[in-house]
Amino acid sequence: MTGEWLDIGWVAEIPVRGSRTVQVEGGDDIAVFRTGENRVFALLDRCPHKHGRLSQGIVHGGAVACPLHNWRISLTTGEALGEDKGCTPVVPVKISGGRVLICRASTLKAAA
Amino acid sequence: MKHEPIPSPAGDTREHLIVIGNGMAGCRAVEELLARDAGRYRVTIVGAEPLVNYNRIMLSPVLAGEKTFDDIVLNGLDWYADNAITLLSGDPVVAIDRAARTVTSRSGLTLAYDRLLIATGSDPFMIPVPGNDLPGVISFRDMNDVDVMLAAASRGGSAVVIGGGLLGLEAAHGLTLRGMKVTVLHIMPTLMERQLDEAAGWLLKTALEARGQTILTGADTAEIVGAGRVAAVRLKDGTAIPADLVVMAVGIRPAVALARAAGLDVGRGIRVDDHMVTSDPAILAVGECVEHDGQVYGLVAPLWDMCRALADGLVGAPSGYRPAPTSTKLKVAGLDVFSAGDFSGGDGAEDIVLRDASRGIYKRVVVKDDRIVGAVLYGDTADGNWYFDLLRKGESVGDIRDALIFGQAFARGGAAADPKAAVAALSDTAEICGCNGVTKGQVVSCIARGAHSLDAVRATCKASASCGSCTGLVETLLALTLGDEVEAGAKTMCKCTSFGHDDVRREIVAQDMRSIPEVMQKLHWSTPDGCSSCRPALNYYLLCALPGDYVDDQQSRFVNERMHANIQKDGTYSVVPRMWGGITSPKELRAIADVVEKFNAPMVKVTGGQRLDIFGIRKEDLPAVWADLNAAGMVSGHAYGKSLRTVKTCVGSEWCRFGTQDSTGLGVKLERATWGSWMPHKFKIAVSGCPRNCAEATIKDFGVVCVDSGYELHVGGNGGIKVRATDLLCKVATEAEAMEMCAAFIQLYREEARYLERTAPWIERVGLAYIQSRLLPDDDARAALAHRFFHSQSFSQEDPWAARVAGEEREIHAPMARFQPVGEMA
Ligand code: SRM
Ligand SMILES: Cc1cc2nc3c(=O)[nH]c(=O)nc-3n(C[C@H](O)[C@H](O)[C@H](O)COP(=O)(O)OP(=O)(O)OC[C@H]3O[C@@H](n4cnc5c(N)ncnc54)[C@H](O)[C@@H]3O)c2cc1C
Ligand code: SF4
Ligand code: FES
Repeated sequence: MTGEWLDIGWVAEIPVRGSRTVQVEGGDDIAVFRTGENRVFALLDRCPHKHGRLSQGIVHGGAVACPLHNWRISLTTGEALGEDKGCTPVVPVKISGGRVLICRASTLKAAA
Repeated sequence: MKHEPIPSPAGDTREHLIVIGNGMAGCRAVEELLARDAGRYRVTIVGAEPLVNYNRIMLSPVLAGEKTFDDIVLNGLDWYADNAITLLSGDPVVAIDRAARTVTSRSGLTLAYDRLLIATGSDPFMIPVPGNDLPGVISFRDMNDVDVMLAAASRGGSAVVIGGGLLGLEAAHGLTLRGMKVTVLHIMPTLMERQLDEAAGWLLKTALEARGQTILTGADTAEIVGAGRVAAVRLKDGTAIPADLVVMAVGIRPAVALARAAGLDVGRGIRVDDHMVTSDPAILAVGECVEHDGQVYGLVAPLWDMCRALADGLVGAPSGYRPAPTSTKLKVAGLDVFSAGDFSGGDGAEDIVLRDASRGIYKRVVVKDDRIVGAVLYGDTADGNWYFDLLRKGESVGDIRDALIFGQAFARGGAAADPKAAVAALSDTAEICGCNGVTKGQVVSCIARGAHSLDAVRATCKASASCGSCTGLVETLLALTLGDEVEAGAKTMCKCTSFGHDDVRREIVAQDMRSIPEVMQKLHWSTPDGCSSCRPALNYYLLCALPGDYVDDQQSRFVNERMHANIQKDGTYSVVPRMWGGITSPKELRAIADVVEKFNAPMVKVTGGQRLDIFGIRKEDLPAVWADLNAAGMVSGHAYGKSLRTVKTCVGSEWCRFGTQDSTGLGVKLERATWGSWMPHKFKIAVSGCPRNCAEATIKDFGVVCVDSGYELHVGGNGGIKVRATDLLCKVATEAEAMEMCAAFIQLYREEARYLERTAPWIERVGLAYIQSRLLPDDDARAALAHRFFHSQSFSQEDPWAARVAGEEREIHAPMARFQPVGEMA
């Protein structure tokens, strides 16, 4: 399987307003989020502040609150919202027939 | 069976266009073609249904009894005759021979084409469960399905509709009107989740339930049972719902079998270019059966655009199809639901939300870069088309932004576009607060008489005191009347609401609210799903108000409470099993030692709370660690929770030469009685055997100091950020009294403190005298509090670790997938 996209599973496997992770050998995990509106996003599972696991945060609107010090990170751009400054790499996501596909190149970059 | 192609009528040299599918897109395409160049093609339409072209989307009103089949015919037989179209109905095409350019129908007719148009629509998806082919199980797609439903409804009984999307809800509505008892099973947590957000989905569910339907969300169908005929639907959780009729409306799949067999390029649908041409230049396709640029469609509006592009291409004036945003309405009389565009918010997108609980209205417009990108309307959809129009045109709404949510009449009303001016222009008799019937004149005079803050207005004339939807109006009136002198009110819970914690708690109980979306709707939250401050608070308030009834929302909990362990800075977790009253045993110590070795925990430490903390456990290993600890009889210590933490004890009368009572024994009893309870903040207890106080009971939330004559009970201590010594609540003579007082005190704290307020600041705020007045003079009142505590405990004293070990929420501990850059996906 060497397309541009990696099939990681069903949308339904991610809890609404929650997240799951994809383990990347030799690199940071990818956090895959599903919002209250059923949109799916993926970010590197690493807060720009002090590397908190964003996958463990509270998802609200289009953002996630980091579990360590409550920075809010935009799920679309990976940028910290409000007063805080910083950015987490975004991994493009595509949904096809209920399956979640994430961008292979970005995932490889995460592993690097 | 090989038939010779039917020859074309003598003398007709025009190209022959055959359309497969007598449905909405196929016939519309022909209409578009006729409008451009009526004589260009000889047209034959072959349809599987034995009917003329009708409006499929109106099957719902037919089912509901609002229309008849004749009302929904789009093109009757005269249309085919007038335009010299040959109609072969009730005879589906079964094969396409691309080399010979012929199609063959089931009855054996073979027709030759020059151009072929495939418009076969979709097939309803039947979920693959046992019994899905029993008589009485049908889909909702064509007139035949409606006839089957009407026949079933005429016999009465129960219907189960599987699928809570647009189709399913319209089927359920029709069957309800036809007198059946209807249950809707929906696998997702909210209805119509593809078109509606959670808030609107909740309103819809409530309204349908009020009409007598049973709506089960999160319902996963396991099996349809019945001997020779459907009798019931069984869910994965074992529930069985009796059914004389089962309607499956879980989704559709493009009907591509014919195209695939003919060797056309097929993905999810038949792949077409911008001109609706398939991989074979002689064959076109249109409607729900196509896939254009990776997209498939399930609504008519884009199909109309496709038909235009198709006809332009057929007459040699290609224009090309461009996808556009779509909008949806639910066709259920009396329920106004509208959604359009992209309402997922996201970056730079801003939600404008208006909620009017007394009228059951929820409106949400999503604006990005001064342009509307999405809208969800419930209860009042009058402006849906206006928003949709602004959205499609991409018009800037910057200048009308503040008034946008009030609708076209208001926003376009010239001077009134300034909300402040609009409020100033209201007459004195205009009603401001619908819940309490307060007019503008009354609000203004109450401000004039000294109510200079929102709270003061709420307290004096009651405006905005109930649902809060008029808060904005009252604030504008304050600003208009007082200018800069408006006083800031008590702190609101967070930016999502104008209410404070106490107001929210009071209204949850007063209005018997039962879910987070309900609270957000009834109290006019200004965001669609709250934030990381209010969600955990609301979850706790509901849990406290509805013990045993409320379904905890895991996604509204802070990570530690969701994972039942404490997150560390490196993303691993620490695990603290309970050690009742600080007492342990060789078996427990051995189990802990084994866990430390087996999972390579880098550290094990004695905590300040008299127990052991195992550090550095990976999220994936948590269930296995807990399983080992459970096996030695240990349960969660809730070192992570807004809940009972530890009960520290000293050795007491059993060993100590000064001990006056069995402090260790009482500590263990207190911990056994109070563990597992969710509270506004963490809660710590200690029991010391004498006034030397080795267990530091006087800096705990509840502290017991044993004396010769009994037990001194202390409350409101804190050894943390701001040290506070306890206040003496009272003295009691027996252990039983101490236990009851502890339970009553905790329940008072649970019911009245604000989320994240520990007992120390709570007591400073309300005063010790108040706490004493609630707990001491009235034995019955105290007993009632204690009773409510133990009632709630009967639902919460289950080890959350054991539940996880047994497999609950298994997925949150495991990664969704693993990726090895070299070996690829595992
Ligand atoms: C493990 C422990 C330190 C230790 O190694 O001994 C500890 C560790 C933490 N404490 Fe503590 N506290 C620990 C005993 C205490 C004590 C002493 C006690 O309980 O007798 C206090 C002072 C007493 C008190 O609470 O009044 C204490 C006052 C705090 C506070 C300040 C609370 C306050 O109201 O001022 C916080 C911050 C908070 O809760 O918001 C805190 C928060 C924390 C957190 C949860 C910080 C965090 O949010 O991650 C630490 C978690 C570490 C972990 O992952 O396990 N910890 N913490 C102790 C666990 C006790 C247990 O067995 O459960
Ligand atoms: C109850 C209901 C309510 C709806 N409400 C709405 C709504 O409110 N708004 C909205 O936008 N959309 C709605 N829709 C969806 C809308 O009806 C469809 O998008 C539209 O009908 C699709 O048009 P189509 O021509 O692609 O398919 P269809 O209209 O299904 O036409 C396809 C036709 O092809 C025939 N056919 C299939 N295979 C063959 C074959 N081999 N040979 C010959 N004929 C064949 C089928 O029998 C069918 O008659 C609703 C649908 C239903 C069922
Ligand atoms: S004192 Fe501070 S650093 Fe130490 S455990 Fe408590 S919160 Fe963490
Ligand atoms: S690490 Fe995310 S907020 Fe500090």
